[in-house]
Amino acid sequence: MGGYILKRLVSAIPVLFGITIIVFLIMSLIPGDPATAILGSYATPENVEKLNRDLGLDKPMVQRYFIWLGNMLQGDFGRSFSLNRPVLDEVLERFNATLILAGTAFVLCSVLGILAGVVSAARQYGLADKLITFVVLIGISVPSFFLGMMMILAFAVNLRWLPVSGMYAIYGGGDLPDLLRHLVMPALALAAVATGVVARLSRSAMLEVLRQDYIRTARAKGVPERRVILGHALRAAMVSIIPVLGIQAGFVLSGAVYIEIVFQWPGVGRMLVDAILKRDLLLVQGGVVFVAACYVMFNIAVDVAQSLLDPRIKT
Amino acid sequence: MSAFLNLLFRNRLAAMGAVVLAVIVALVLLTPLLPLQDPDITATADRFKRPLTDGHILGTDHLGRDLLSRLLHGTRLSLAVGVAAALIAATIGSAIGIVAGYFGGRIDNVIMRGVDMLMAFPYILLALAIVAALGPGLMNALIAVAAVNVPFFARNIRGVTVGLAGREFIDAARLAGMGHTRILLTELLPNVLPVIIIAMSTTVGWMILETAGLSFLGLGSQPPQADLGSMLGEARSALISHPHTSVVPGIMIFLIVMSINLLGDGVRDALDPRLRSGALSRPRATTLVARKGDIPAPTDDLLAIQDLHTQFHVGERIYRAVGGVSLAVKPGECLGVIGESGSGKSVTALSVMGLVASPPGVITGGAVRFQGEDLIGAPYAALRAKRGDKVAYIFQDPLSTLHPLYRVGHQLAEAIRSHHRVPMAEARARAIQLLHDVRIPNAEARIDDFPHEMSGGMRQRVGIAMALANEPDVIIADEPTTALDVTVQAQILSLLDDLRRARGLAIIFITHDFGVVAQLCDRVAVMYAGRIVENGPTDAVLAAPAHPYTKRLIACVPELGGGRRELAAIPGLPPMVDDLPPGCAFAPRCDKAQEACRTGDIPLSGTPPRAVRCLYPEELV
Ligand code: SF4
Repeated sequence: MGGYILKRLVSAIPVLFGITIIVFLIMSLIPGDPATAILGSYATPENVEKLNRDLGLDKPMVQRYFIWLGNMLQGDFGRSFSLNRPVLDEVLERFNATLILAGTAFVLCSVLGILAGVVSAARQYGLADKLITFVVLIGISVPSFFLGMMMILAFAVNLRWLPVSGMYAIYGGGDLPDLLRHLVMPALALAAVATGVVARLSRSAMLEVLRQDYIRTARAKGVPERRVILGHALRAAMVSIIPVLGIQAGFVLSGAVYIEIVFQWPGVGRMLVDAILKRDLLLVQGGVVFVAACYVMFNIAVDVAQSLLDPRIKT
Repeated sequence: MSAFLNLLFRNRLAAMGAVVLAVIVALVLLTPLLPLQDPDITATADRFKRPLTDGHILGTDHLGRDLLSRLLHGTRLSLAVGVAAALIAATIGSAIGIVAGYFGGRIDNVIMRGVDMLMAFPYILLALAIVAALGPGLMNALIAVAAVNVPFFARNIRGVTVGLAGREFIDAARLAGMGHTRILLTELLPNVLPVIIIAMSTTVGWMILETAGLSFLGLGSQPPQADLGSMLGEARSALISHPHTSVVPGIMIFLIVMSINLLGDGVRDALDPRLRSGALSRPRATTLVARKGDIPAPTDDLLAIQDLHTQFHVGERIYRAVGGVSLAVKPGECLGVIGESGSGKSVTALSVMGLVASPPGVITGGAVRFQGEDLIGAPYAALRAKRGDKVAYIFQDPLSTLHPLYRVGHQLAEAIRSHHRVPMAEARARAIQLLHDVRIPNAEARIDDFPHEMSGGMRQRVGIAMALANEPDVIIADEPTTALDVTVQAQILSLLDDLRRARGLAIIFITHDFGVVAQLCDRVAVMYAGRIVENGPTDAVLAAPAHPYTKRLIACVPELGGGRRELAAIPGLPPMVDDLPPGCAFAPRCDKAQEACRTGDIPLSGTPPRAVRCLYPEELV
């Protein structure tokens, strides 16, 4: 097992390099002079020249890439001019908030989605199945940002159950219950689409598995139906559900950008959008590389989970 | 194509999606012709008019602009941008995919590496990076969304192309001296095009949503121009005071995405033949029972199958898999049931414990009695309590009948613990003992193997051990040795025989092999087209087969107990059980068939213990 994890980690190295190359190439798409683009049209020539030197823009592209990469490997992601602080500090702080939001949504979509899929499959064509199918259809069709706005209207404005936005109350908040109260709506809004996708996939994976010969064997030896479904069938279905969870994690992370805007959640997505609007490109660049790298690592964890579940995978 | 459309529209939800989408598209196309107000004319005096006010059906926004007009223009823009992004992504992605798939080798490797890297990003990061570099704006958002979706097309189309590139017509084109470009454009592209179109139809809704999303963030369309996303984004600041400005564009996005989703699901279902046949149905815990006619009276047999009828209901068609079969065993007895595949022998066996997959299976008549108690239609709990405890099964092909993800020891222990409350350690000790009993060497170690780590013969022994776990009274073995080679088969048969003698087990042995029957069974029943055509003591049937079909089956075994064991030598095929001819089902393949054979039902007759269902039997019994 340790060997397998190591192997997967090693195989991630080229992907991580690829990510930096792609981000670097995209950033070199900037039309015109990057220093002017970064500093805006009011920049003084001295400032432009200084930035050019700082970024090494006077050097050839390949050399520039390696300088950038070298700096990043030493933990230096550059300095955000709009916030006037190191990019990495800002990203780490914001990523923490995103992780709380996206992590909760991911757990929600996995648990609720699989549960709904299993019930749906076990009661195929029954009332529960039809109800779930209907809710899922709505769930995957509502854009998360619109769903978030409607939730604010319903639960924060009309019913006054939950706070409108933010991560903590401005006065007197800051503890865990406060965080949870702020977390409920954004996490649910963010999880909605992914839950629908996971539920659908789980349903069809379960239906597929329930037709297998080994399910008949389990029934033939008198295993109670509940165990047949929740044990034998679900376990086998997880083999095809887990990779989809990995993919959905990417969608949850993506959706977090919208949800962070709608609920004014101080996460990395909102930071990126602000940075784009302020043309703080170093911040964008650093944020994108950091989050993408984390996502690659997460996917390795998914692969490892898969190999733990399925002994047929060569480790 | 029209068959496809028929299928598509049989799905009512898909049809609904198509109608909603068609209405939206028509509205959007007609927008410039409709008598609408200018979407960009502001009138601050008329800000935030509620819906259904004079002159503004949907009200006005924060600048007093008519919402209906803005909605339709915004929808037009959103659809146009989404479709354009889909077209661009499909064109570039497919081109990359076709080139990679066609040329293969290094080119393929390099391209697909690049695609994998792009797919390593959560999609929005890539889109944000592109918008960051190019600057906010609708055109740039379009480019970003298209670019993000290129890898999806490249990967899918490459897969299809790789499959096509090895086919003869491509080789032929190459031999005919066509250049690469011509082959790509005239030979490959037309074949890949349908896949591209399907991929596009499933992603276009997604791309509309993504561009709307970027506009919502303020990174797409810039004021005063507005697509649905930026309308929603602008309305957000007035969400609490004037929710209608948010609800209107939000519902429109929802309708578009949902109708495309519904249509996409319909397309997928119509294209997937498995869904068409209803094969993706979940088998219930027990076979459905819908018995007509009288229920036969109890007998004193250990297990008696009485006039059993089992059918498969697939759509409108009814397949009569088992048409009135009666069999019985006493303790310590071994009954062989023999027939070709499709003769209904396995369905008969599975009907006993309600294990016929249902849907589509339905038991429509007869009874199965264990010690006189009728199992057909027994409540699930009663049936479950007997499954594996009183009547156990051994199935063919243990690779697919053992759970691939559980260790064999776990599966054995589970069989025990499903019927006896014993601690795990005790169940495990018993499992090891069972593996010893079925002569698995080194049982203490093998118990922690997964099924795929064992040989076929070992797996089948595990299957037998599992059947023995609760010391059942009856074992139903459904072709347990078919997948094995001859030596292993002989070992398994002698193992079963020993167990029967040692424990007084009754065995119903399903097979297509008379050699196996001769070795193991006291009596034999021959099945054809869902009915028993002959039965009697094995020796008597073997020595003097009465039914022409039995005679042929026996003639097919060159040497009892060994050698080739195929039934292929009988000319003709067994009849489809959904339209049985009247009279003898074997008549089309029988050399002795007369006119009388094809009319009326032929009863099973003879002096016990033998019986035959034939008007002109080979032997009088
Ligand atoms: S009934 Fe007639 S057709 Fe059927 S097996 Fe006998 S002889 Fe042949």
